[in-house]
Amino acid sequence: MATVTAPALDLAARFPQAVRPDTRPGYSGWIVEKDHLLEVATALRDEFGYDLLSSVTGVDYYPDTMEVVYHAYKTTGGPGIVFKVQVPRQDPIEVPSVTPIWAGAEFQEREAWDLLGIRFVGHPDLRRILTWEGFAGHPLRKDWKEPFYEEEAKPYKSRWPDGKFFYAEEKNPFKDNLKFPPDFNPEDWTPDKADALLYASLARYLKSDDELKTDRVIINLGPQHPSTHGVFRAVAVLDGETVVALKPVVGYLHRNHEKIGERNTFLQNMPFTDRLDYFNSMSNNWAYALAVEKLMGIQVPERAEYLRVIMAELSRIQNHLILIGMLLNDLGAYFTPSLYAFEERELILDIFEAASGSRMMCNYHRFGGVVRDIPPEALQKLKGLVYDRLPRKVDEFDRLLTENEILVSRLKGVGKLSAEDAIRYSITGPVLRACGVPYDVRRAEPYGIYDRFDFDVAVRYNGDVYDWYLIRLDEIRQSLRILDQAIRQMPEGPVMSTKPQYQVRVPPGEAYGRIEAPKGELGFYVVSNGKPNPWRYHVRAPSFVNITALEKMCVGNKIADFVVILGAIDIVLGELDR
Amino acid sequence: MVDHSELQVPGYEIPPEMQGQVVITTLDRIYNWGRRSSLWPMMFGLACCAIEMIAVQAPRFDLARFGMEVMRPSPRQSDVMIVAGTVTKKMVPAVVRLYNQMPEPKYVVAMGACASSGGPFKAGYNVVAGIDKFIPVDVYIPGCPPTPEALIYGMMKLQEKIDKQSIRQVRWYQKGPDSVQIPVPILGPDLIDPRRAEELKRIAAAQAQTQEG
Ligand code: SF4
Repeated sequence: MATVTAPALDLAARFPQAVRPDTRPGYSGWIVEKDHLLEVATALRDEFGYDLLSSVTGVDYYPDTMEVVYHAYKTTGGPGIVFKVQVPRQDPIEVPSVTPIWAGAEFQEREAWDLLGIRFVGHPDLRRILTWEGFAGHPLRKDWKEPFYEEEAKPYKSRWPDGKFFYAEEKNPFKDNLKFPPDFNPEDWTPDKADALLYASLARYLKSDDELKTDRVIINLGPQHPSTHGVFRAVAVLDGETVVALKPVVGYLHRNHEKIGERNTFLQNMPFTDRLDYFNSMSNNWAYALAVEKLMGIQVPERAEYLRVIMAELSRIQNHLILIGMLLNDLGAYFTPSLYAFEERELILDIFEAASGSRMMCNYHRFGGVVRDIPPEALQKLKGLVYDRLPRKVDEFDRLLTENEILVSRLKGVGKLSAEDAIRYSITGPVLRACGVPYDVRRAEPYGIYDRFDFDVAVRYNGDVYDWYLIRLDEIRQSLRILDQAIRQMPEGPVMSTKPQYQVRVPPGEAYGRIEAPKGELGFYVVSNGKPNPWRYHVRAPSFVNITALEKMCVGNKIADFVVILGAIDIVLGELDR
Repeated sequence: MVDHSELQVPGYEIPPEMQGQVVITTLDRIYNWGRRSSLWPMMFGLACCAIEMIAVQAPRFDLARFGMEVMRPSPRQSDVMIVAGTVTKKMVPAVVRLYNQMPEPKYVVAMGACASSGGPFKAGYNVVAGIDKFIPVDVYIPGCPPTPEALIYGMMKLQEKIDKQSIRQVRWYQKGPDSVQIPVPILGPDLIDPRRAEELKRIAAAQAQTQEG
């Protein structure tokens, strides 16, 4: 068991002028003076070894303060560090950008600008990211109200206890989910403002410096494109077929998880987490439950811990299988490999359905356990899968694909990323491990009961798409090992430590719960002020952070390889756009 | 051998030696039969529901039994658009454009709570409360996500709807433009539906008045 805790780092002793401990009850970490942020951050990375910046987000402490929260970790493992910058809540709200230190902050800072209106000074390309350029306001600010605004927080009086039903449309002056500035005139609006800035930022790549003076072209892939796995758009500058520059454009599935989540009660958010990474609702539930359990300080019964592990590893297996199937789709092996993958997935979903009642949107975890025990027949099926069928099927995939000529020649050497770059861009999950960094939250900072299992953190060293593919097979095999142990060790007993209740009491404070989701590190940053609703509910989504490096991976490759790279990073738009 | 008996119009005797080779049918019936047996959906997924749509294509549920397995990546080649997932304001211009690009006859299936009404995310500031605010929908499928069985049932309902159409009345054989074209929404401070531009302007002006007054 890894219980060696590093001596607590005393940042205030190192920077007496610039840093003070965060002493608010329920909070931890450090508050850094804005003007010294870069200096402190550099020291954290270079002197103290916090090389992986996990999450950057803002919290609006209406009406006085705006806070930027950073979570950084060491890729060698161990607990992380939280530090914050506080600025007065008066526009312009400005904070130095940490992108020169951790490149992985780029998109997260853009998100904080978009949703909270925090300007990051020194950011290379500070545009809106989830909404569009021209959108009115910064939606996550506490004084910004959505068009269907009803009350600050649920349960709304109209529905409980009175139960007077009405349509949201009835209350809105536009009779729809719309909100315009007073005196707005649609005829004066120039359409496509949104893209103008984007194309302007690409203009400098359009000049070719070769002798032939060939033209470079901009092409758009998506948002509706068969190979982008959903509503993802990329704008690429091409020289012939080679990618010179590439900007992802996201937000086409921005469903306002965080705004809705801050109106919801704590428990009401659980089903919404299902819809983040909709392949892995079980893992999403867990990360959120972990964050809230930290705040509440409650324990989870043994059997529930094992059930959590079982469900999370099952969802990792089906996620990786689908990924491999879809990757082959992108290579042109149209649908056949996916059919194999979906066959196995259905069997795993049967177990989810038996345990939770739903195939995809499981809503299975609760604060202090899981909602239901697994029925004995499902457990029987699970044994059959884990001991017999899945190991055979993984070998079948391996035999079928790994040495396939086309697969090898299309994947080897494509999308190459060095370990240093991967860390710099805050990449997590299989892609990071395939670049040679053995960093897995299950080992680096074990949560639940992962410290009890015997498994290897899969690592590969080439950092190309071929290794990203291989590592998925490795991970499925390791997951099967964990499942094997979990099924054998699982004790009988209750699955909830508290009484089932629809309203939980969460003491004030902050918590960051993170897990090793199939796509990377999934984190929930939750701030409570003692009310029934979270004051801040932020999702650090692996898909979102991982595509920060998409341009880096694609430049120099052919445009056809972009499709493969994107497929192999493994993104899911529900989580990317939230 | 293909069973043509569903085409046969009752009341006409086929001599025994020609049975199985000849059917007597109506133009409407054979026209609809042809269309309903090869509905090609557009390969177009928006969110979680799309995954169940893929599952319907996969071995256990196998939509190919209905002649619908050919997912077309291009709207120009597809007959039915399954709106599978949450339609956001940022995405809706693209959805409308895709609809406009589909040739007639074209059908729309709103799969799931989100596409039908905004679903769990209706309160979101970036969410369109149902795709039917922009394009006409033929079949709504409830569920979040609808199970594969529900999607298959919805598609069968669409087939029933097609069965009832008559070649003399369908809109694509009438005089006038070949296909329904819907003005593409614009992204402004919020989503602008060009069809409602006048109205939006009026309400916004009225709001400005009340604020002053
Ligand atoms: S209806 Fe449910 S499953 Fe379907 S897109 Fe909406 S949230 Fe996802």
